Amino acid sequence: MSIPRIPSSRRQLLQRSAAVAAMLAGAGLWPRLAAAQAGWNKAAFEAKNVDDVMKALGVARPQESKEITLTAPDIAENGAVVPVAASSALPGVKRLLFLVEKNPNTLAGWFDLSDAVEASVSTRIKMAETSRVYAVATTADNRVLFAQKQVKVTLGGCGG
Amino acid sequence: MSEPMRIRAHGENGNAVVRVLMSHEMETGLRKDPSGKPIPAWHITEVTASLNGKPVLTAQWGTAISKNPFLQFTVKGGKAGDRIGIHWIDNHGEQRSDEAVVT
Repeated sequence: MSIPRIPSSRRQLLQRSAAVAAMLAGAGLWPRLAAAQAGWNKAAFEAKNVDDVMKALGVARPQESKEITLTAPDIAENGAVVPVAASSALPGVKRLLFLVEKNPNTLAGWFDLSDAVEASVSTRIKMAETSRVYAVATTADNRVLFAQKQVKVTLGGCGG
Repeated sequence: MSEPMRIRAHGENGNAVVRVLMSHEMETGLRKDPSGKPIPAWHITEVTASLNGKPVLTAQWGTAISKNPFLQFTVKGGKAGDRIGIHWIDNHGEQRSDEAVVT
C-alpha cells in the first residue's frame, strides 16, 4: 500500500465505524457492543501491569473467585501459541479478559458478551516467558473477578 | 488481500459451538528484521461475531493474540441453518468478513 493512501483509508475506516456505532446506538440495541466499536482501547493494551489495565478500563481491582474457570496448560512448549479458555457459570458476565503478568503488555485481549452467547471463550495467546495468566470477568452488577494459573514457558513467543 | 477465515459452527446440546481460524500475521512490534530494524506492529484490533446478522460478541485484541488467531465461543440456542458471521479489522484498517452456516 502506498503511503498517501493510508490517511484516506483510515478516514474512511473511522467514518465507517462511527456510522456503525451510531446505527447500533440509534437502534438502542447492544449498547455495550456499540461502545466497543467506538475504538480500540490503546491505554488498556499498553498497560504494563494488571492494576494499570483495570485502571485504563475503569473497573475495580479484581477479586479472586472460584466462579471463574481458567483453562491453560501447566507447561507451554511454545510461548507463541498457548491455548487458553475462560468461562463462568455466573449470570450476567459481560466481559472476559485474558492477561499475562510478565508479557511486555499485560492485556492480551477481551471479549464482550451479549446475552445470546455463553460466558465461555477460547483463544490462543503469546507468552514471552513463564508467567501467571489471569482470566478476568466483569459482570452486569459490576463485580470484577479473576482466576489465575501459572504457565511455564519453555520457548518464549514475543521477542526476536 | 487476506485469506478467508475458516469458520466451523455445529449444534451441540441445543447450542451452537463456533470455532474460527483467522489468517493474520499478528506482528507484535517487538521483533526486529535481520538488519536490526524493528518490525512494526500489525494485528487485529477488533472482532465482531454475529448471529443471523445481529452482533452477539465483540472482542478487542492486542498483539499477544497468537498468529493466525483462533477463537471459540458458544451461541445459546444456536441451531442448524443459523448464519454465523465474523468480521475483523486490524490496526492498518484492513478488514475481512466471512460467514458460515450452523450444521
